Amino acid sequence: MSGPRIALVDSGGTNIGSVTYALERLGATARLTSDRADILAADRVILPGVGAAAAGMRRLREAGLVETLHEVQAPLLGVCLGMQLLFDRSAEDGGVEALGLIPGDVVAIPPAPGVRVPHMGWNALEGLADDPLLHGVAPGERAYFVHSYAAPGGAHTVATTTHGGVWSAVVRDGLRWGAQFHPERSAALGARLLRNFIVEVGR
Amino acid sequence: MTLARRIIPCLDVRDGRVVKGTRFRDHRDMGDIVELATRYAAEGADELVVYDITASPQGRAVDVEWVRRVARVIDIPFCVAGGIRSVEAARAVLHAGADKVSVNTPATHRPDLVSELADAFGVQCVVVGVDSLRDEDGVWRIRQLTGDPDATRALPVPTLEWVPQVVGLGAGEVVLNCMGSDGVRSGYDVEQLAAVRAVCAVPLIASGGAGAPEHFTEVFRDADVDGALAATVFHSGAISIPALKRDLAAAGLVVREVPGAAA
Repeated sequence: MSGPRIALVDSGGTNIGSVTYALERLGATARLTSDRADILAADRVILPGVGAAAAGMRRLREAGLVETLHEVQAPLLGVCLGMQLLFDRSAEDGGVEALGLIPGDVVAIPPAPGVRVPHMGWNALEGLADDPLLHGVAPGERAYFVHSYAAPGGAHTVATTTHGGVWSAVVRDGLRWGAQFHPERSAALGARLLRNFIVEVGR
Repeated sequence: MTLARRIIPCLDVRDGRVVKGTRFRDHRDMGDIVELATRYAAEGADELVVYDITASPQGRAVDVEWVRRVARVIDIPFCVAGGIRSVEAARAVLHAGADKVSVNTPATHRPDLVSELADAFGVQCVVVGVDSLRDEDGVWRIRQLTGDPDATRALPVPTLEWVPQVVGLGAGEVVLNCMGSDGVRSGYDVEQLAAVRAVCAVPLIASGGAGAPEHFTEVFRDADVDGALAATVFHSGAISIPALKRDLAAAGLVVREVPGAAA
Protein backbone atom coordinates (compact mmCIF):
# COMPACT_ATOMS: atom_id res chain seq x y z
CA MET A 1 0.00 0.00 0.00
CA SER A 2 2.86 2.39 -0.70
CA GLY A 3 0.88 3.95 -3.57
CA PRO A 4 -0.91 7.09 -2.45
CA ARG A 5 1.03 10.13 -1.32
CA ILE A 6 -0.27 10.97 2.13
CA ALA A 7 0.32 14.42 3.57
CA LEU A 8 0.17 14.62 7.34
CA VAL A 9 -0.48 18.28 8.10
CA ASP A 10 1.93 19.53 10.74
CA SER A 11 -0.53 21.21 13.05
CA GLY A 12 1.66 20.90 16.12
CA GLY A 13 -0.52 18.13 17.55
CA THR A 14 1.18 15.58 19.73
CA ASN A 15 -0.38 12.56 17.98
CA ILE A 16 1.66 13.07 14.83
CA GLY A 17 4.04 10.28 15.86
CA SER A 18 1.29 7.76 16.57
CA VAL A 19 -0.59 8.55 13.34
CA THR A 20 2.63 8.12 11.36
CA TYR A 21 3.31 4.76 13.02
CA ALA A 22 -0.27 3.57 12.42
CA LEU A 23 0.12 4.34 8.70
CA GLU A 24 3.50 2.57 8.72
CA ARG A 25 1.84 -0.54 10.16
CA LEU A 26 -0.47 -0.47 7.12
CA GLY A 27 2.54 -0.25 4.83
CA ALA A 28 1.79 3.36 3.91
CA THR A 29 4.15 6.27 4.21
CA ALA A 30 3.02 9.71 5.24
CA ARG A 31 4.96 12.89 4.80
CA LEU A 32 4.75 15.34 7.68
CA THR A 33 4.45 18.75 6.09
CA SER A 34 3.28 22.31 6.45
CA ASP A 35 4.13 23.13 2.85
CA ARG A 36 1.21 24.25 0.67
CA ALA A 37 2.47 22.60 -2.52
CA ASP A 38 3.13 19.32 -0.71
CA ILE A 39 -0.35 19.29 0.78
CA LEU A 40 -2.07 20.14 -2.50
CA ALA A 41 -0.07 17.51 -4.39
CA ALA A 42 -1.01 14.71 -2.00
CA ASP A 43 -3.53 11.96 -2.79
CA ARG A 44 -4.71 11.94 0.81
CA VAL A 45 -4.50 14.63 3.47
CA ILE A 46 -4.71 13.94 7.21
CA LEU A 47 -5.15 16.70 9.76
CA PRO A 48 -4.19 15.17 13.10
CA GLY A 49 -4.31 17.00 16.37
CA VAL A 50 -4.23 16.66 20.09
CA GLY A 51 -4.45 19.77 22.15
CA ALA A 52 -6.71 22.79 22.30
CA ALA A 53 -8.68 24.44 19.49
CA ALA A 54 -7.26 27.97 19.86
CA ALA A 55 -3.66 26.78 19.73
CA GLY A 56 -4.47 24.44 16.83
CA MET A 57 -6.08 27.22 14.75
CA ARG A 58 -3.28 29.63 15.62
CA ARG A 59 -0.72 27.15 14.30
CA LEU A 60 -2.66 26.63 11.08
CA ARG A 61 -3.01 30.41 10.56
CA GLU A 62 0.65 31.09 11.31
CA ALA A 63 1.65 28.38 8.84
CA GLY A 64 -0.71 29.90 6.24
CA LEU A 65 -2.61 26.63 6.03
CA VAL A 66 -6.21 27.79 6.44
CA GLU A 67 -6.55 28.69 2.75
CA THR A 68 -4.56 25.62 1.74
CA LEU A 69 -6.92 23.28 3.56
CA HIS A 70 -9.85 24.95 1.78
CA GLU A 71 -8.15 24.26 -1.54
CA VAL A 72 -7.55 20.55 -0.91
CA GLN A 73 -9.43 18.49 -3.50
CA ALA A 74 -8.14 15.09 -2.38
CA PRO A 75 -9.86 13.14 0.40
CA LEU A 76 -9.20 14.87 3.73
CA LEU A 77 -9.43 13.25 7.18
CA GLY A 78 -9.40 15.21 10.43
CA VAL A 79 -8.61 13.21 13.56
CA CYS A 80 -9.83 14.22 17.04
CA LEU A 81 -9.03 17.94 17.35
CA GLY A 82 -8.34 17.79 13.60
CA MET A 83 -11.98 16.78 13.08
CA GLN A 84 -13.25 19.51 15.40
CA LEU A 85 -11.27 22.12 13.49
CA LEU A 86 -13.10 21.16 10.26
CA PHE A 87 -16.30 22.68 11.72
CA ASP A 88 -17.33 26.35 11.75
CA ARG A 89 -16.66 27.05 15.40
CA SER A 90 -15.54 25.45 18.65
CA ALA A 91 -16.66 26.54 22.10
CA GLU A 92 -13.21 25.66 23.47
CA ASP A 93 -10.96 28.45 24.81
CA GLY A 94 -13.89 30.87 25.04
CA GLY A 95 -14.91 30.36 21.40
CA VAL A 96 -12.73 29.80 18.35
CA GLU A 97 -13.45 30.35 14.66
CA ALA A 98 -12.42 27.11 13.01
CA LEU A 99 -11.89 26.09 9.38
CA GLY A 100 -15.53 26.07 8.28
CA LEU A 101 -15.07 23.07 6.00
CA ILE A 102 -18.02 21.18 7.52
CA PRO A 103 -21.08 23.10 8.77
CA GLY A 104 -21.71 23.00 12.49
CA ASP A 105 -20.35 23.85 15.90
CA VAL A 106 -18.31 21.98 18.48
CA VAL A 107 -19.51 22.28 22.08
CA ALA A 108 -18.36 21.23 25.55
CA ILE A 109 -19.53 17.80 26.69
CA PRO A 110 -21.68 18.50 29.77
CA PRO A 111 -20.55 16.45 32.76
CA ALA A 112 -23.27 14.57 34.64
CA PRO A 113 -23.36 11.85 37.28
CA GLY A 114 -21.55 8.89 35.71
CA VAL A 115 -20.64 11.00 32.66
CA ARG A 116 -17.04 11.96 33.28
CA VAL A 117 -15.29 14.60 31.22
CA PRO A 118 -12.90 14.13 29.47
CA HIS A 119 -14.73 11.34 27.64
CA MET A 120 -11.87 8.89 27.79
CA GLY A 121 -11.83 5.27 26.71
CA TRP A 122 -13.38 2.76 24.34
CA ASN A 123 -16.91 3.62 23.28
CA ALA A 124 -19.30 1.97 20.86
CA LEU A 125 -19.96 3.27 17.36
CA GLU A 126 -23.67 3.47 16.55
CA GLY A 127 -25.94 4.83 13.86
CA LEU A 128 -23.54 3.82 11.11
CA ALA A 129 -24.33 5.23 7.67
CA ASP A 130 -23.31 3.47 4.49
CA ASP A 131 -20.00 5.21 3.97
CA PRO A 132 -16.78 3.97 2.37
CA LEU A 133 -14.76 5.10 5.40
CA LEU A 134 -16.82 2.71 7.54
CA HIS A 135 -16.72 -0.33 5.27
CA GLY A 136 -16.33 -3.45 7.36
CA VAL A 137 -17.15 -1.67 10.62
CA ALA A 138 -20.04 -3.22 12.56
CA PRO A 139 -22.42 -1.34 14.89
CA GLY A 140 -21.25 -1.64 18.49
CA GLU A 141 -17.56 -1.93 17.65
CA ARG A 142 -15.48 0.20 19.97
CA ALA A 143 -13.04 3.00 19.24
CA TYR A 144 -10.72 4.90 21.57
CA PHE A 145 -11.98 8.39 22.40
CA VAL A 146 -10.34 11.10 24.46
CA HIS A 147 -11.87 14.57 24.31
CA SER A 148 -13.79 17.17 26.31
CA TYR A 149 -15.47 18.93 23.36
CA ALA A 150 -17.61 17.28 20.71
CA ALA A 151 -19.87 17.84 17.70
CA PRO A 152 -23.51 16.97 18.31
CA GLY A 153 -25.06 14.57 15.81
CA GLY A 154 -26.13 16.40 12.64
CA ALA A 155 -26.66 16.21 8.90
CA HIS A 156 -23.02 15.28 8.34
CA THR A 157 -22.81 12.61 11.02
CA VAL A 158 -22.13 9.11 9.66
CA ALA A 159 -21.46 7.41 13.01
CA THR A 160 -22.34 8.39 16.57
CA THR A 161 -21.31 7.49 20.08
CA THR A 162 -23.13 8.07 23.35
CA HIS A 163 -21.60 9.72 26.39
CA GLY A 164 -24.38 11.51 28.25
CA GLY A 165 -25.66 12.81 24.91
CA VAL A 166 -25.26 11.48 21.40
CA TRP A 167 -22.15 12.81 19.67
CA SER A 168 -20.63 12.63 16.22
CA ALA A 169 -18.00 9.89 16.10
CA VAL A 170 -17.44 10.16 12.34
CA VAL A 171 -18.56 12.99 10.05
CA ARG A 172 -18.47 13.43 6.31
CA ASP A 173 -19.12 16.24 3.87
CA GLY A 174 -18.15 15.36 0.31
CA LEU A 175 -14.53 14.24 0.36
CA ARG A 176 -13.95 15.62 3.85
CA TRP A 177 -14.13 13.22 6.76
CA GLY A 178 -13.53 13.55 10.46
CA ALA A 179 -13.07 10.97 13.21
CA GLN A 180 -13.55 12.14 16.78
CA PHE A 181 -11.83 9.04 18.11
CA HIS A 182 -8.22 8.06 17.49
CA PRO A 183 -7.99 5.50 14.68
CA GLU A 184 -4.24 5.31 15.30
CA ARG A 185 -4.99 3.94 18.76
CA SER A 186 -8.21 2.03 18.07
CA ALA A 187 -6.75 -1.42 17.38
CA ALA A 188 -8.27 -3.37 14.45
CA LEU A 189 -11.16 -0.95 13.96
CA GLY A 190 -8.81 1.99 13.67
CA ALA A 191 -6.57 0.19 11.19
CA ARG A 192 -9.65 -0.66 9.15
CA LEU A 193 -10.73 2.97 9.06
CA LEU A 194 -7.29 4.21 8.02
CA ARG A 195 -7.05 1.52 5.36
CA ASN A 196 -10.48 2.56 4.07
CA PHE A 197 -9.31 6.15 3.94
CA ILE A 198 -6.27 5.17 1.92
CA VAL A 199 -7.86 2.72 -0.51
CA GLU A 200 -11.67 2.89 -0.40
CA VAL A 201 -12.72 6.53 -0.34
CA GLY A 202 -12.72 8.61 -3.49
CA ARG A 203 -12.85 5.57 -5.74
CA MET B 1 -23.31 3.72 30.15
CA THR B 2 -21.83 2.69 26.85
CA LEU B 3 -18.24 3.61 27.64
CA ALA B 4 -16.29 0.44 28.43
CA ARG B 5 -14.45 -0.09 31.71
CA ARG B 6 -10.75 -0.26 30.93
CA ILE B 7 -8.32 -3.04 31.79
CA ILE B 8 -4.84 -1.57 32.00
CA PRO B 9 -1.69 -3.65 32.38
CA CYS B 10 1.07 -1.64 34.01
CA LEU B 11 4.66 -2.14 32.94
CA ASP B 12 7.25 -0.96 35.42
CA VAL B 13 10.40 -0.36 33.44
CA ARG B 14 13.99 -0.26 34.55
CA ASP B 15 16.74 0.02 31.94
CA GLY B 16 14.34 -0.98 29.14
CA ARG B 17 13.21 -4.17 30.92
CA VAL B 18 9.87 -4.76 32.60
CA VAL B 19 10.24 -5.50 36.31
CA LYS B 20 7.85 -6.16 39.16
CA GLY B 21 8.30 -6.07 42.89
CA THR B 22 6.13 -6.56 45.92
CA ARG B 23 5.16 -3.47 47.86
CA PHE B 24 7.52 -1.51 45.59
CA ARG B 25 10.57 -3.62 46.59
CA ASP B 26 12.60 -6.58 45.31
CA HIS B 27 12.12 -6.12 41.58
CA ARG B 28 12.10 -9.20 39.37
CA ASP B 29 12.71 -9.22 35.61
CA MET B 30 9.49 -9.81 33.62
CA GLY B 31 10.77 -9.43 30.07
CA ASP B 32 11.36 -7.02 27.22
CA ILE B 33 9.08 -4.02 27.10
CA VAL B 34 8.14 -4.22 23.41
CA GLU B 35 7.41 -7.94 23.67
CA LEU B 36 5.10 -7.49 26.63
CA ALA B 37 3.40 -4.40 25.19
CA THR B 38 2.69 -6.24 21.93
CA ARG B 39 1.35 -9.25 23.78
CA TYR B 40 -1.03 -7.18 25.88
CA ALA B 41 -2.33 -5.22 22.89
CA ALA B 42 -3.06 -8.50 21.07
CA GLU B 43 -4.81 -9.94 24.12
CA GLY B 44 -7.25 -7.05 24.30
CA ALA B 45 -5.74 -4.74 26.90
CA ASP B 46 -7.49 -1.39 26.58
CA GLU B 47 -4.48 0.73 27.40
CA LEU B 48 -1.01 0.41 28.86
CA VAL B 49 0.74 2.42 31.51
CA VAL B 50 4.52 2.34 31.43
CA TYR B 51 6.35 3.57 34.49
CA ASP B 52 10.03 4.36 34.35
CA ILE B 53 10.30 3.48 38.03
CA THR B 54 13.81 4.71 38.56
CA ALA B 55 13.61 8.02 36.65
CA SER B 56 12.07 10.03 39.46
CA PRO B 57 14.27 8.82 42.35
CA GLN B 58 17.39 9.18 40.18
CA GLY B 59 16.34 12.65 39.07
CA ARG B 60 16.56 11.87 35.36
CA ALA B 61 14.11 12.08 32.46
CA VAL B 62 12.38 9.20 30.68
CA ASP B 63 14.44 7.55 27.97
CA VAL B 64 12.31 8.32 24.89
CA GLU B 65 13.90 5.57 22.82
CA TRP B 66 11.76 2.82 24.33
CA VAL B 67 8.72 5.11 24.13
CA ARG B 68 9.26 5.26 20.38
CA ARG B 69 9.77 1.49 20.14
CA VAL B 70 6.49 0.84 21.97
CA ALA B 71 4.60 3.49 19.98
CA ARG B 72 5.64 1.92 16.68
CA VAL B 73 4.27 -1.52 17.44
CA ILE B 74 1.11 -1.12 19.49
CA ASP B 75 -2.29 0.06 18.29
CA ILE B 76 -3.84 0.88 21.66
CA PRO B 77 -3.16 3.97 23.76
CA PHE B 78 -0.37 4.12 26.29
CA CYS B 79 0.64 6.46 29.03
CA VAL B 80 4.19 7.11 30.17
CA ALA B 81 5.10 7.96 33.74
CA GLY B 82 8.28 8.61 35.65
CA GLY B 83 10.65 11.53 35.71
CA ILE B 84 8.43 13.98 33.80
CA ARG B 85 9.17 17.27 35.50
CA SER B 86 8.65 19.82 32.74
CA VAL B 87 6.59 20.69 29.69
CA GLU B 88 9.65 19.97 27.56
CA ALA B 89 10.14 16.49 28.99
CA ALA B 90 6.44 15.76 28.44
CA ARG B 91 6.63 17.05 24.88
CA ALA B 92 9.52 14.70 24.11
CA VAL B 93 7.56 11.71 25.40
CA LEU B 94 4.35 12.69 23.58
CA HIS B 95 6.16 13.38 20.32
CA ALA B 96 7.83 9.98 20.62
CA GLY B 97 4.32 8.54 20.37
CA ALA B 98 2.93 8.27 23.91
CA ASP B 99 -0.72 9.29 24.20
CA LYS B 100 -0.62 10.61 27.73
CA VAL B 101 1.91 11.49 30.38
CA SER B 102 1.49 10.79 34.05
CA VAL B 103 3.11 12.89 36.71
CA ASN B 104 3.36 11.89 40.32
CA THR B 105 6.32 12.98 42.45
CA PRO B 106 7.06 16.13 40.39
CA ALA B 107 3.44 17.27 40.89
CA THR B 108 3.88 16.95 44.64
CA HIS B 109 6.99 19.14 44.47
CA ARG B 110 5.38 21.71 42.19
CA PRO B 111 1.61 21.40 41.59
CA ASP B 112 1.68 24.13 38.91
CA LEU B 113 3.34 21.57 36.63
CA VAL B 114 -0.11 20.01 36.18
CA SER B 115 -1.62 23.23 34.81
CA GLU B 116 1.42 23.90 32.63
CA LEU B 117 1.01 20.47 31.04
CA ALA B 118 -2.75 20.94 30.61
CA ASP B 119 -2.22 24.33 28.95
CA ALA B 120 0.40 22.92 26.62
CA PHE B 121 -1.25 19.65 25.59
CA GLY B 122 -4.86 19.69 26.81
CA VAL B 123 -6.21 18.01 29.91
CA GLN B 124 -6.80 14.76 28.01
CA CYS B 125 -3.02 14.18 27.87
CA VAL B 126 -2.41 14.81 31.56
CA VAL B 127 -2.70 12.03 34.12
CA VAL B 128 -1.79 12.53 37.74
CA GLY B 129 -0.60 9.45 39.58
CA VAL B 130 -1.26 9.49 43.28
CA ASP B 131 0.48 7.15 45.72
CA SER B 132 -1.61 7.00 48.83
CA LEU B 133 -1.38 5.24 52.17
CA ARG B 134 -3.54 5.31 55.29
CA ASP B 135 -1.69 6.78 58.25
CA GLU B 136 -2.09 5.68 61.84
CA ASP B 137 -4.68 8.38 62.46
CA GLY B 138 -6.87 6.79 59.76
CA VAL B 139 -6.34 9.51 57.16
CA TRP B 140 -5.14 8.64 53.64
CA ARG B 141 -2.17 10.80 52.71
CA ILE B 142 0.02 11.02 49.64
CA ARG B 143 3.59 9.79 49.27
CA GLN B 144 6.37 10.89 46.98
CA LEU B 145 9.48 9.22 45.49
CA THR B 146 7.83 5.82 45.81
CA GLY B 147 10.02 4.30 43.10
CA ASP B 148 12.79 3.91 45.66
CA PRO B 149 11.71 2.67 49.10
CA ASP B 150 14.72 4.34 50.75
CA ALA B 151 13.77 7.71 49.27
CA THR B 152 9.96 7.49 49.76
CA ARG B 153 8.55 10.32 51.82
CA ALA B 154 5.18 10.77 53.47
CA LEU B 155 3.55 14.15 52.88
CA PRO B 156 1.05 15.92 55.13
CA VAL B 157 -1.45 16.30 52.27
CA PRO B 158 -4.63 14.19 52.61
CA THR B 159 -5.43 12.23 49.45
CA LEU B 160 -9.05 13.43 49.50
CA GLU B 161 -7.79 17.02 49.25
CA TRP B 162 -4.99 16.35 46.78
CA VAL B 163 -7.17 14.67 44.12
CA PRO B 164 -9.66 17.56 43.69
CA GLN B 165 -6.71 19.98 43.76
CA VAL B 166 -4.92 18.31 40.84
CA VAL B 167 -8.19 17.93 38.91
CA GLY B 168 -8.76 21.66 39.38
CA LEU B 169 -5.28 22.31 38.04
CA GLY B 170 -5.97 20.32 34.87
CA ALA B 171 -5.53 16.60 35.46
CA GLY B 172 -7.67 14.79 32.89
CA GLU B 173 -7.38 11.48 34.71
CA VAL B 174 -6.24 10.23 38.10
CA VAL B 175 -4.51 6.92 38.81
CA LEU B 176 -4.86 6.15 42.49
CA ASN B 177 -2.28 3.69 43.70
CA CYS B 178 -3.29 2.35 47.08
CA MET B 179 0.10 1.44 48.52
CA GLY B 180 -1.34 -0.55 51.40
CA SER B 181 -2.79 -3.10 48.99
CA ASP B 182 -0.13 -2.95 46.26
CA GLY B 183 1.59 -6.20 45.42
CA VAL B 184 -0.25 -8.33 47.97
CA ARG B 185 -3.01 -9.46 45.60
CA SER B 186 -5.82 -9.43 48.13
CA GLY B 187 -8.00 -7.00 46.22
CA TYR B 188 -8.17 -3.31 45.40
CA ASP B 189 -8.74 -0.86 48.27
CA VAL B 190 -12.40 -0.38 47.43
CA GLU B 191 -13.05 1.76 50.49
CA GLN B 192 -10.38 4.27 49.57
CA LEU B 193 -11.21 4.22 45.85
CA ALA B 194 -14.91 4.84 46.53
CA ALA B 195 -13.99 7.77 48.77
CA VAL B 196 -11.75 9.25 46.08
CA ARG B 197 -14.36 8.53 43.37
CA ALA B 198 -16.78 10.79 45.25
CA VAL B 199 -14.40 13.75 44.96
CA CYS B 200 -12.94 13.03 41.51
CA ALA B 201 -14.85 14.44 38.50
CA VAL B 202 -12.50 13.03 35.87
CA PRO B 203 -11.81 9.38 34.98
CA LEU B 204 -10.35 7.44 37.93
CA ILE B 205 -8.12 4.39 37.59
CA ALA B 206 -7.66 1.90 40.42
CA SER B 207 -4.19 0.58 41.11
CA GLY B 208 -2.77 -1.80 43.67
CA GLY B 209 -4.01 -5.12 44.93
CA ALA B 210 -5.42 -7.09 42.00
CA GLY B 211 -5.04 -10.80 42.61
CA ALA B 212 -8.14 -12.48 41.18
CA PRO B 213 -10.79 -11.76 38.53
CA GLU B 214 -13.42 -10.99 41.17
CA HIS B 215 -11.26 -8.11 42.45
CA PHE B 216 -11.85 -6.36 39.14
CA THR B 217 -15.61 -6.96 39.24
CA GLU B 218 -15.67 -5.65 42.79
CA VAL B 219 -13.72 -2.46 42.12
CA PHE B 220 -15.79 -1.55 39.05
CA ARG B 221 -19.08 -2.32 40.76
CA ASP B 222 -18.38 -0.95 44.24
CA ALA B 223 -15.96 1.93 43.59
CA ASP B 224 -17.29 2.85 40.11
CA VAL B 225 -13.80 3.39 38.73
CA ASP B 226 -13.30 3.84 34.99
CA GLY B 227 -10.32 1.54 34.71
CA ALA B 228 -8.36 -0.97 36.72
CA LEU B 229 -4.62 -1.29 36.51
CA ALA B 230 -2.59 -4.35 37.43
CA ALA B 231 0.83 -5.77 36.77
CA THR B 232 1.84 -9.07 38.39
CA VAL B 233 -1.35 -10.98 37.69
CA PHE B 234 -1.02 -10.21 33.99
CA HIS B 235 2.76 -10.65 33.72
CA SER B 236 2.61 -14.02 35.45
CA GLY B 237 -0.33 -15.24 33.37
CA ALA B 238 -2.42 -15.78 36.52
CA ILE B 239 -5.22 -13.76 34.88
CA SER B 240 -5.79 -13.78 31.13
CA ILE B 241 -7.30 -10.58 29.78
CA PRO B 242 -9.84 -12.20 27.41
CA ALA B 243 -11.11 -14.47 30.20
CA LEU B 244 -11.21 -11.53 32.62
CA LYS B 245 -13.30 -9.52 30.17
CA ARG B 246 -15.73 -12.40 29.74
CA ASP B 247 -16.13 -12.54 33.53
CA LEU B 248 -16.73 -8.81 33.74
CA ALA B 249 -19.29 -8.91 30.91
CA ALA B 250 -21.06 -11.81 32.64
CA ALA B 251 -21.24 -9.66 35.78
CA GLY B 252 -23.05 -6.99 33.76
CA LEU B 253 -20.12 -4.62 33.31
CA VAL B 254 -19.48 -2.94 29.97
CA VAL B 255 -16.16 -4.00 28.49
CA ARG B 256 -14.49 -4.04 25.10
CA GLU B 257 -14.41 -7.68 24.11
CA VAL B 258 -11.89 -8.46 21.41
CA PRO B 259 -12.98 -11.31 19.15
CA GLY B 260 -10.15 -13.71 18.46
CA ALA B 261 -7.87 -12.21 21.10
CA ALA B 262 -5.18 -14.65 22.16
CA ALA B 263 -6.15 -16.24 25.46
